[in-house]
This record gives sequence, C-alpha cells and structure tokens, in this order.
Amino acid sequence: MATLSAASASQQHAADVNVLVRRQRSLWGDALYRLKRNRAAMAGLAVVLVAAVLAILAPVIAPYDPIRQDTPNSLMEPFWGNPKFTLQQYPLGSDQLGRDILSRLIWSARISLVVGFVPVTLVFLIGATVGMAAGFYGRWVDNLLMRLVDVIYAFPDLLFLIIIMATLRGTILGNLLGGLVLMFVAIAVVGWVGMARLVRGQVLSLKEKEFVEAARATGATNRRIMFRHLFPNTLAPIIVSVAFGVPSAILAEATLSFLGIGIKPPTPTWGVMINEGFVVFSTTPWPVLLPAFCISLVMLAFTFLGDGLRDALDPRQRAR
Amino acid sequence: MPELLEVKDLHTQFFTRDGVVRAVDGVSFELAAGETLGIVGESGCGKSVTALSLMRLIPQPPGRITKGEILFDGQDVLKMDDDEVRGIRGNRVAMIFQDPMTSLNPVLTISRQVSEALELHLRMDRTESRKRTVELLELVGIPSAKSRLDDYPHQFSGGMRQRVMIAMALSCNPKLILADEPTTALDVTIQAQILDLLKNLAREFRTAFILITHDLGVVAGMTQRIHVMYGGKIVEKADTGELFANPKHPYTWGLLRSIPRLDETRREKLRPIEGLPPDLIALPPGCRFAARCQYKRDVCTEKEPELVSIPNAKADHEARCWGTQAGGWLVDVDYRTDTTVFATAKADA
Repeated sequence: MATLSAASASQQHAADVNVLVRRQRSLWGDALYRLKRNRAAMAGLAVVLVAAVLAILAPVIAPYDPIRQDTPNSLMEPFWGNPKFTLQQYPLGSDQLGRDILSRLIWSARISLVVGFVPVTLVFLIGATVGMAAGFYGRWVDNLLMRLVDVIYAFPDLLFLIIIMATLRGTILGNLLGGLVLMFVAIAVVGWVGMARLVRGQVLSLKEKEFVEAARATGATNRRIMFRHLFPNTLAPIIVSVAFGVPSAILAEATLSFLGIGIKPPTPTWGVMINEGFVVFSTTPWPVLLPAFCISLVMLAFTFLGDGLRDALDPRQRAR
Repeated sequence: MPELLEVKDLHTQFFTRDGVVRAVDGVSFELAAGETLGIVGESGCGKSVTALSLMRLIPQPPGRITKGEILFDGQDVLKMDDDEVRGIRGNRVAMIFQDPMTSLNPVLTISRQVSEALELHLRMDRTESRKRTVELLELVGIPSAKSRLDDYPHQFSGGMRQRVMIAMALSCNPKLILADEPTTALDVTIQAQILDLLKNLAREFRTAFILITHDLGVVAGMTQRIHVMYGGKIVEKADTGELFANPKHPYTWGLLRSIPRLDETRREKLRPIEGLPPDLIALPPGCRFAARCQYKRDVCTEKEPELVSIPNAKADHEARCWGTQAGGWLVDVDYRTDTTVFATAKADA
C-alpha cells in the first residue's frame, strides 16, 4: 500500500514538473541502440576488437620473434597435422625458413590494422574536404575538383596501385618503414575519390535545405555553415563508407604484398606470408591457408560491422 | 521620427535560361521602429523575395538585386561588404522561416542552434549562452526548458519548433524581425498561439515586424499596416483597419471575397480570383492584374497605373489602379454590394 502511494506520488510529481517520463535518446544513441541489436555486426565488432588487442599486444603475446629463423625445424605442420611433422613449440607450424607461423600471424595483424586505418583516415580527410568544397562552392571549384576525381576514378584501382608502388618502391618514400608509408599514400591517393563523390553528393542536397538558409540568416559564415551545419549531417554515410574502406585497404595491402610490391620482407604481413608460402604450397598448404583465413575473417568482420552501421544509421534504407 | 527601414525602388531579378524573372519590380516602403507591417499576396508575387532581399539572402547566381536602396538605420544594406551584412543578420534583423520542420538542423541540439547567434554576435561563451538559451526558451513558452536544451529537433512538435525558431530570432534583441509565412506549416490551433506569441513579444520588446503571408486573416489582428503585393509590385498600401473597411484595389477585393466569413449569411459561394498570377518573365504592358480583373477597361492593358493616393479614403491609403484613382470608374463602387462579379459569374454559367 505504502509503495503504491509512493509510486503514484512520484507520478504526480513528474506530471507537476511536466517532465516526460521516457528515455531520452539522441540521434547517435538511437543508432548505437540499433547497432547493439544487430548480432552479425556485434560479432564483427568482436572479431575486430580481438584482432586489435592481438595487434597492440603482439610483442607480449607472440611466443617468438616473427623473423627468428629455425631452419632445422622448417615446414612444420599445425598441431592437427601429421604428428611426424608437428612440433609442440610451433602450434601452427613453421614456414620454409623455420619461422613460427603463429607469431608471424599475430605480428601481421599489426600491419594489417594499421594499413586498414591509416589510409582510410587520409581518405576521409582528403575526400571529405574536397567533396565539401566542391559541393558547397559549386561552379568552377566543383568543375575543377570533380574533373580531377573523374580522371582518377577512370583508372582501374589495382592498376593504379601497382603503378604507384612499382615506380616509387626504390625512392626514399618507398623505403620508409619497410614500404608502409608508400602503401598509405598509394591507397589514399586511389581511394579518396569515392569519398569525395559521396560527400559532394550529400552536400549538394543538404545545402539547399532550409536550415542552411536559416543559419545564413543568423549571420553564420560559409566556414561555419560547412563545418557546423553541413558536416555533421554527412557523418552517417561517411562512417559507413569508412567502415567499408578499412577491409578494402587491408585487401589492397595483401594483394600488393602477395604480388611482391607491397610491404618489403622480412616485415610480416598476411600478404607477404601468402607470397612466401606460395612456393611451398605443393608441400604444405598451411603457410598460405592460415594467413588467407585471417584476411578473410577480418574482412568479413569489417563488412558485417559496416552493414550493421549502415542499417543503424539509416533505418529507412533497410528493407524489411 | 527617422524610419528604421526604408526600401526605395527595390528590384530583384533572377537570371534564368528562360529569361529574366522580375520577382521584385520596384518596391518601396518604410517602417518605423516598433511598427508592424503585413505583406500580403498569393504565391509567386514576390513577398518572400522581398524579405530575402532585405537581408541580402538572395541566392547569387541566379538572383541579383539590380536596383534600389535598402536603408536600415540609415545605412544602405546593399552597399555593405559581406562582413557588415553578416553583422546585421541575426543580430539586428532576424528572420523566422515558414517551415519549422526543415529550418532546424536535424543533427544539432536545440541549445546549440539557439545559442548560435549569441555566440556569433554577442560573443558569449558556452555557459552564458546556455543560460540565455534557457531564458529565451522560457520566454517563448517551452515548458521545462532547461531539461530540453540537449534535445534534438525531432523530439519537438511543429508548434514547439516554431517557438524555438522564434527564440532564435529574438536571441540578440533584433530591431526588426522578418516572419515569412510563420504559421503556414502549422495547424490552426497552433497558428493562433504562435501569432499571439509573436504579437506579444513584438510589443514587449518594441521590435518592428514584417509579417509575410498569403492569408489576410493572419495579418488582420497582427499588424498596423498592410501592403498588398501582386506580380512583384505593391498594389495597395493602407492601415490594417482601413484596408479591411475600405479596400481600393480589385485584387484586394478578390482576396477578401475568397475568405469565408462567419458573420454573413451563407447565401453566396466563395469567389476565388480566376486565373493565375502573371508570368514574371514576360509581364504584360499595362496593369499586372488586368488579365484577371473583372473591371478592366482598355486603359488597363495599355498603360501601367502608379501607386497613388485614393479619393474617398484616408490620406496614406494608396492603390495602383486606374479605376479607383480620382476620376476612375470604380471610385464609388463598393465591392461588397457590387453586382458586376455576379453578372460575369452568371454569364459563365
């Protein structure tokens, strides 16, 4: 009885101060809520987080130095293989130089994630700026920037990447951090055009909205309108595009390294491992299959996450 | 008393592929501090373009103010550089837009949007501007304003959003507020509330007010004077009471006839004005309303009348019509009892 009256009293109080008794949700809170209910996206996120933890803690977790050679024990099979060719100290086997595959896979996660995120950040910075400027100012600015975008867009991505990597490999830029810096630049140069087009399209439609006129009527400058009013409105598609950009960058790195023009050995990356394992593929497939599996898993995880983000940020597009 | 706003011979044109659209074609008017003015006319007659021109918000290209002066507090807005104009916008002249659903940014919180002008013009910091925002929101009648500061526009109803827009307009204590169809997007009960709020606030702060609408009913209780626009020109200027009691332009008659009335017997149908407003690219040589006017004579299609004082009316009552000028054939016609309209309607049937 007492609790009942207390409850009604608190209800009465709420009505008195005219507080709506409901959970407040912001735009982003809403999106997060929807993302959390998406199992595939959460699984993807889990895989990404595990990979990130492995990458960050690689020096602690990896049992061996990834480039330590143990030639007498080369080409060992993983623990589920033929017991004659397995060694307890190398649970996932070793490659033709006797390097521990498990350690190499863990260290490779570092490169892959860095290659996934750094170029995408560059892509975001360049693409969003160019797209915003082109869409907002229009006219000759738009024409100039978009023709440049068209030129790059017309080139096949992979061919462009190969050309950049192959020609600049010998230069100072190509030797920084074992070719990593050149890789960032190459992926960013090829990738920013998509982001620029996306942002430009968004800005073109947004700048005609009444709230932009209202902002102008309050005396906001062009810069303020762009950064404060337009940019946050383009964020949702940008986030989705970034989420899909990460796996494609990882794949690009793997492809280039597999072709032998990516990251320079002995730095371990999944692409480099596939490249090196290829020569012994007929003897034992595991030096190729294990890194390939890692690439697939991480790509799948990012794709699930990207799908989930898209559904969460724009529920109208979801066909149900 | 010096005028707050003086518009002289304003011409705003849009240069399109089909030709030059003369959206505002020689509009002049004055507004004293604290005065309220209604600009009335149907869609596409240049009301909104006039308002946007006052703040130099005409999209350029294709639009351009080709001629005229806009003196605000004695300064010509058209001669200012961009920084000076920005200093006026939202600060001394504020604007309320038609559709509160789209004129608030969906991804910014209410407090950030209301405090924008405060931060821009009054250089307030975050804490100050939030405090002032609460005051403003309370002023426009938003309940428990403090707890709603960090809400997003989609959490507000249409009427509430228009209140937020009004709070934004009032934030820097402007001398002039331009309200472009502020209640058109709202339902009727809310319309009355918003109009009341606007009226009271304008009176309280002695803010001059230009209310742009197509609805004579809206301006009736709100403004001191009314200007009726047609085809980019002002066709009639009068005090509000005078305009309703003694309108002197056939277009105004048409507008008044198309309002349903509660105080008259239901013996007649509403009489809409037949036809469409003139094409602003290819304007007719004579009176712009001639094509739709039941009283037109040859002179109407040949020469354009001037905006002049009218006999049988108050001194400051002006109209742009050959018929109602001194010596015209409509001087003694009372549109309420006139039968010409019914005659043509019968002839049509």
